Order: sequence, then C-alpha cells, then structure tokens
Amino acid sequence: MMNTGSRHNRSIPMALLFVLTIIVFLCAPIVGMNTISFSAILHPASGNMESDIFWKIRVPRVCISFLAGAGLAVSGMAFQAMFRNPLATPFTLGVASGASLGASIYVRLGLVFSILGISGISIAAFAGAILSILLVYGLTRARRGFSITTMLLAGVAISFFFSSVILFTQYMSDFSQSFRILRWLMGGLEAVGFESVLNMAPFVISGSAIIIYMTYELNLMMTGEEIAASRGVGVRKTKKILFFATSLMVGGVVAICGPIGFVGMMVPHICRLLIGADHRYLTPATLLFGGAFLTLCDMLARTLIAPAEIPVGIITALLGGPFFIWLLLGKTSSKRGII
Amino acid sequence: MENTIIEIVGFSFSISNRSILQDISFSVKEGEYISIVGPNGAGKTTLLKCLDRIYKGGSGDIRIAGKPLDKYSQKELAQKLSYVPQADGRILPFTVYEFVMMGRYPHLSPFSLPGKRDEEAVHDALEITGIAEFSERLLPTLSGGERQKVFIAAALAQGAKVLLLDEPTTFLDPKHQADVHRLLERANREHGFTVLSVTHDINNAILTSRRILALKDGAVVFCGLTDKFMNNEILNKIYEKSFLFVKHPQTGKTLTVPEVP
Repeated sequence: MMNTGSRHNRSIPMALLFVLTIIVFLCAPIVGMNTISFSAILHPASGNMESDIFWKIRVPRVCISFLAGAGLAVSGMAFQAMFRNPLATPFTLGVASGASLGASIYVRLGLVFSILGISGISIAAFAGAILSILLVYGLTRARRGFSITTMLLAGVAISFFFSSVILFTQYMSDFSQSFRILRWLMGGLEAVGFESVLNMAPFVISGSAIIIYMTYELNLMMTGEEIAASRGVGVRKTKKILFFATSLMVGGVVAICGPIGFVGMMVPHICRLLIGADHRYLTPATLLFGGAFLTLCDMLARTLIAPAEIPVGIITALLGGPFFIWLLLGKTSSKRGII
Repeated sequence: MENTIIEIVGFSFSISNRSILQDISFSVKEGEYISIVGPNGAGKTTLLKCLDRIYKGGSGDIRIAGKPLDKYSQKELAQKLSYVPQADGRILPFTVYEFVMMGRYPHLSPFSLPGKRDEEAVHDALEITGIAEFSERLLPTLSGGERQKVFIAAALAQGAKVLLLDEPTTFLDPKHQADVHRLLERANREHGFTVLSVTHDINNAILTSRRILALKDGAVVFCGLTDKFMNNEILNKIYEKSFLFVKHPQTGKTLTVPEVP
C-alpha cells in the first residue's frame, strides 16, 4: 500500500512538534556556558549573577530566537505558496538585502545612536527593508496589474542591486567596519534584553496572525491564480495583503537578527513533508518548528565553542541541510512535499 | 427552467490594446448545455475567463442571474459560476479530498472548519464524478483522466449551478473522454447544472449539447441549435476548411469525418 498522505496520519507529527517545542523552550535557557541552579531561576533577586544571566540574557534570547525562527519560517511558507516556487525564501523579494544595505551604510558612516532603546543599526536596517518593500511594490505597480512574476523579478533585481551596493560599501570600509558588516550579514541573535523581544514581537505576531487568517487563500493561491479566482478569492487583494504582511514581518526580524539564512526556505519544506500542504495545518506546524529549530540552533551556536559564538546561520544550514536531504530521499517526499 | 442565467450584451474585451473579444451578445438559460467552438485564438477561453472575472474589465453588459457582473464580489460570483481550467501538468501536493474540499471556499469563513453541508457537497461531487474510491490519493499520483474528474468534482462541490469548462477532454484517451462527457451530461440532466464547455471536438459538441456558440477572431459567427450547425457554409466560415459529413448510426445526427486525399 502506498503512502497516500491522508488526513489521519497528521496528528502524530503535529503532537511531536508540540512536544519538541516545549522541550526546546524549557531546555534552551538552562543550557549555556554557565550552569544555573534552580534556586537562582526561582528567586530572581537582582544582583545574583546566575539569575541575571537566566532572566535578563538567556530567556530574552530564547524568545528572540523563537520569534525570529517562527517569523522567517512562516514568511518562507507564505512566499512559496504565493509564488508557487519551492525556491522562494523570505528574502526573495529583497527585504533582507535592503536591511543589510541599511545596516552596512550605518556601519560605514560610523553612526552611533539609538531611539527609544532600539539600536541604530536595527533602525537603519529596518529603513532599508522598508525601502526595498516600497521599491518592489512600486515596480510591480508601474507595470499595470499586480503580477506575481513581475513582483518576483522586481524583488530579485533589487536584491542583486542592493547586494552589489553592500559589497561596494564594504570595499570602501576599513578593516574593522568591513568585519562588522560581514558579521551582520551572517545573522545573529546576540541582541540582549527584553526590548528587542518587544520590538520584534509586534511584527511577527501581526504578520503570523494575518497568514493564519488567510490559510484557505494560501491553499488556493498554491493551485494557481485562476483557480483561486474562480473559487472566489479576491486574488489581487490577497496578493497585496500577503506581500505587505510578510515583508514587514521579515523586515522586523531581519532588522534585529540580520539575514539568518536557511530557516525560511527549508523549515516550510520539512513541515510540508511531515504534515502535508494544507495550510490550515502547515501554518501552525511551520511556526512551531521554525521557532524550535532556530532556538535549538542558537543553543548550539552559543555553546559549541564557548565562550566564542558560531554565527547561527552556519548552524542552521549545517544541521538543516542534511536533515532535509534525508527527508527528501524518504519514500513519501516525491509526491508530498515539494510544490 | 427557462430563466436566463447568463446574459451578455455587446461585450468587448482587449488586453494591452489588442482586441480579443468584439461585441459579443448571447444568453444562456438555466439548465442548458452549450458548446463553445472556434479556431485557436478565437477568444473562447478569454470569454470564459471574463465571465468568471479571472479577467477583469471590458466594455458592454454582462449579467449573471439578472445582476450585473461587476456588482458581484468574487465570493458571490463563485457561488454562481465555477470554472474548470485547461489541463496543465501542474503538480499540486494535495489529496483528492483536500482539493475537492477547497471548492467549498466561497461558503467558508476564515476560521470556520468545513461543516456538514460542506462534507455533503464534497461527498456528492465525488459520487457524481465517480472518484470516491480514490479520495485519499494525492493528485500527482493520478492519471490525466482521473485528474480531470477531480477538477470537475471540485467545481461541482463549489455549489455553483453554472459550470464553465475549458477543453475538458483534450489530452484524454477515448475511454476517459467518454467518462467525462457522460458525467457532464449527468450533472446537466440529473443535477440541474448549466454547462458551458469550450471544445475543439465538433462531433462531441453535436452529440452532447443543445446549442453551439461559435467564435472567430473574437466575434460570434454562429449561435444556435446544433442541427443548424453542421454544414459547410457555416463550418467553412469558422475553420476555413471544408468538411465531410456522415450520419451517426444511433442518433442520426450529422457528424464530420476527416477527408482522405
């Protein structure tokens, strides 16, 4: 009997994902260079170093990595469905390049400022992200209609253009600036404190909420715009809402964490292989697995060669790549997962 | 059953200044089975897409069930018309059941799960099309003929009483062609669906439909009963080619056969 990927075998991977998420959430803040006693966790007295490390550094960091992972993964999922392209990532439309350009210029100019507790580099990155979103939207609008292909091409073109400007900026920088830019491009979750969590959360929560609200539309968009329209989807409006919600979410994440690669492209594929393509189930699974996966990767990134840290983007690809290939070679994948 | 469901008056449509449809007028009554024929590029598919507002705009007047097309929301329209596109080898990673259930979209609100009525509609659609037995299979594992039935089932499940089909039997083997024609006839006769089907198969258009609409270069060249259609005066005008005719041994209807040099 061939695996038909029917409805009832969805509950086991879903339950496993829930358990994984809870385990990761409980373990990640405890694991680290310094061991932390339970009494320090339960009695958060200020001045106690252990409890400070736990509550002021590790817990916010776990929250940040979970939010970032969930946001990037669900954005990738939405773009893959909307563009009907398995290679789409949250960064396909140039949001990450825009953000990176903003960050590089900030570093190159040697600026140091912060507004309302938000670091200047994040503000610069977010401004870059907004710039690229507006450019892609403007270019798509300039050619009458709102064609997916035009949007995709505009995004890719802007991505390439910004990337060369980043390289140029880096080339014109001194050694330490150049290294800071490179380090930013690798992505990282070093942002400390709950301010970053509070800055990122609105983007991820509102973006995810909109995507959860539109799961039926995502399913239909994946079958093609014509079928979607004939089933009653307002295709143009749906594309616009998804484009802005997803891009803003990516912008909010990238502004704080930099362009962490791999999560946004591979997590949705992995979830599709496990759960199937129905976005009513795929969306929560992608949010959970994206969050848990990035949290896990970050835990490894900060402990493997402690006290130094490995850029988390390296871990995501090293861990996720082989796992994805293993799934891809599995027996259900050829029919199930890939769009 | 004699209510007009679709009424088109003086409709023209163009894409980037190239005229595709010119001054189309015709109407469809509830419960009719109409075939739309014409050479490649005549605008048949465009006409279906304009009716279903996959293409928006155009000038002239289109009314569905008496209400102007542009007064419909896309969801309301989907409750009146459903559309089966031309087969393209697109891989859709859904099960048959999931895909047919997606036809219920115009009846669902964002957070509501499909209810009893939706399940019944899907069940009925699977029964009419005879695909209930493989409802749990994934679309990419199906043959072209099976897949076409799934697309028709999804359109039936949508609960719209007018079916727009774009070459439903192209690429199918003779058995599956007959299957699809039979199930469309059943949907039409027993379940009250109005059928508008674009086709290049003139013989089947004659055998299945009551009326034929022929388009050429974006304009109507024939609109009438099937038995008025089968003569070289009309067919020559449409296809710029002469035809040979024979009588169908069972029904006595006039059909065409290929000419031998």
